[in-house]
Amino acid sequence: MPDVLLARYADCIFWLARYVERAENLARILDVNETFSRDSRGGQNWRSIVQLNSDEERFFAGHDAAAAHNVVNFYVVDGDNPTSIVSTIRYARENARTLRPLISTEMWVQLNVFYNRLTELRTEDLAPGNLAALFAMIKEACQTHTGITEGTFFRDQGWYFYQIGRYIERADQTTRLLDIKYHLLLPSPSDVGSPVDVSQWNALLRSAAGYHAYRRLHAASTTPARVAGFMLLNNAFPRSVHHCVREVGRLLGEVKSHHGLRNGNDAAEELDRLQAVLGTFEIAAILRSGLHEFLDSIQRQLMAVTRELSIAFFGYTPEAQQAQTANSQ
Amino acid sequence: MNPSVLDGYDPQGFYCEMLQNAASRVVRERLSGLSIAALKQRAGNANTELYNLGITFTVYSEAKTIDRILPFDVIPRILSGDEWQHLESGITQRITAINLLLDDIYHKQHVLRDGIVPPELILGNRNYRPAMRDIDLPHKTYVNICGTDIVRDEHGTFLVLEDNARTPSGVSYVVENRHMMLRAFPDLLDEIGLRPIENYGAKLISALNEVAPAGIGDPRVVLLSPGTYNSAYFEHVFLAREMGVPLVEGRDLLVENDRVFMRTTRGLSRVDVIYRRIDDDYLDPEAFLPGSMLGVPGLMRAYRAGNLALANAVGTGVADDKAVYAYLPQIIRYYLTQEPILQNVETHICREPAALRYTLDHLAELVVKPVGEAGGYGITVGPKASREELDECRAKLIADPANYISQPCIKLSVAPTLVEGRVEPRHVDLRPFAVTGSSTWILPGGLTRVALRRGSLVVNSSQGGGSKDTWVVA
Repeated sequence: MPDVLLARYADCIFWLARYVERAENLARILDVNETFSRDSRGGQNWRSIVQLNSDEERFFAGHDAAAAHNVVNFYVVDGDNPTSIVSTIRYARENARTLRPLISTEMWVQLNVFYNRLTELRTEDLAPGNLAALFAMIKEACQTHTGITEGTFFRDQGWYFYQIGRYIERADQTTRLLDIKYHLLLPSPSDVGSPVDVSQWNALLRSAAGYHAYRRLHAASTTPARVAGFMLLNNAFPRSVHHCVREVGRLLGEVKSHHGLRNGNDAAEELDRLQAVLGTFEIAAILRSGLHEFLDSIQRQLMAVTRELSIAFFGYTPEAQQAQTANSQ
Repeated sequence: MNPSVLDGYDPQGFYCEMLQNAASRVVRERLSGLSIAALKQRAGNANTELYNLGITFTVYSEAKTIDRILPFDVIPRILSGDEWQHLESGITQRITAINLLLDDIYHKQHVLRDGIVPPELILGNRNYRPAMRDIDLPHKTYVNICGTDIVRDEHGTFLVLEDNARTPSGVSYVVENRHMMLRAFPDLLDEIGLRPIENYGAKLISALNEVAPAGIGDPRVVLLSPGTYNSAYFEHVFLAREMGVPLVEGRDLLVENDRVFMRTTRGLSRVDVIYRRIDDDYLDPEAFLPGSMLGVPGLMRAYRAGNLALANAVGTGVADDKAVYAYLPQIIRYYLTQEPILQNVETHICREPAALRYTLDHLAELVVKPVGEAGGYGITVGPKASREELDECRAKLIADPANYISQPCIKLSVAPTLVEGRVEPRHVDLRPFAVTGSSTWILPGGLTRVALRRGSLVVNSSQGGGSKDTWVVA
């Protein structure tokens, strides 16, 4: 009997992976911002985080200004904010609860304990002196999830949809990070080469765990173009957009051929186009024609891939898919 | 000096499952080498682990959902090999009779024509399903999964309280409680001849394969759940995993040309057997409650066409009606020409005028129960009830006598239980789980439920009950 995966489960496993990846990225961004903001542009940097998820409207409805304490509160423990880490892990846990027949007990227990721990955080855990430890805990919990999954999740269709979700989310997060930071960090003539400028670019690399790898490639110079090129196009950097997109394409091809899935050709074509773009352009050309526009088009293509996957495998009709995208992005 | 677990324990005149049981000698000796403080610490760890594992049922309060664990008492309830054999043969006999009864009342109805059971009790029962008339089931098995509620009186006699022949729950706690005890008390259960309970899932899937529609070589079995918000969702997950089958919801299934399919990544895929954890009423909006969102339209068409097996079958609820239960001794004699091995609790069927009169005259001594309810709802325990509660009960009885039965208040047996740092007697019952395909198999032991409130006789989890691991030892 061929292996069977409920369409609804494929959907849940895809989103489980995305939510955990999303939480990890958010923790990385907040962590780096907390560590490197105080000696530079302060408040403006915290505002940039609110822009990352287009959360300005919701954030400023409840807060006058973006400062360390209220942004951290909004993004870590605020259960009313759907983009907070606690909400994101709540969605991950809800998906995991639905998926309990499919995932390993260890995957479930770890997410359950992680979520309970987030809901038990107190105000003092968010005090400036405790933030580094808090973000380390969150990152590590997300990575523990990834490790447990790698080590315990049965390698059938579900494993592919899990990984596809994770890489799509990671690619998307990298484009968002780059978009916001690049915008803000475009050097004004007086800043070029100044220590503040360089430390900001280093912070960007650190938030994507790319600082040391970047140093190995470009030991001598940190330039906006090189950093952007590294994060977008480098093939060996696990959080680069190009690497993630290539993995999604490979995984989709494998799940189709190993498990006899005939659908999903539209998603595969969309991914081919995206890979072609990422494999063809040099960073200089991308910057010349506008980085923001480029990142925007990648985000839209990634959404299109999600849409095609939802219709091909997750049991959505095209109309229902639109509603789902509106809810979860 | 730290007192040990059973120091000063006094069963207060009730039959004690621990002290009045020769089979528990080794366990008693080991417990007396364990201090209450150590027991308490291990119990705390065990409960934390249950919470982390998410072995919880869900409680809904204002705006918030709370996951609670079923309180778990770590002092095991022990049954001897002989006691178990008696229970096993008695339960098998009942289930055999119940399946014969169901096959009969949905076919020729001999039992009604021969005057064994009043026809109106069956045909007028809200759980009797005319849609089941003349459907022939493989092995004539209607009740594939049964959870018989059994109590023990002050003499140590086992009595059947209820036959749960619809969708009995609790078996997941049996297995998880055992896992917990294996981890937390390896020293207590080492080499005592404890009967294993590991193979429940394998036995269940075999039984479900046996009742699959004829001619299907490798049947596709699924478990149908109302979904993640159902309070028994953990158990549905547990059973699906133990059987290695998909856990589906109504929205995952559809019926085309009287065949059932599920929606998969590959498209539609055939389904042959459904272990459904949804009540008859919600199963198929075409056949039963029209508004049901949990079920699958057309399921009964596929069932009637012989393309689908449902476990349990539709319409078994009539057999665990509390008034029909009162006739079970006669039903056993009628179909099997045997005497019942397990006795019923004496039951007064209030639809009968003499029984109603007796019930009204002795209300303060009796337990009054609605006939069609489960979960301990609607019960009045005479000796514990207030004046107002008794008056209310009397009014209901007079208004609708057919909806009630009454039973004497059984002095339930007790077992030592850790309560707020002390070991005290608490009342227990027992729910063994029986699986029937072509024949009946019973999981050794079953769920021991314990009424954690002092003096309480109500063990249901919805009414403040907990559970214990049940050990059948040779």
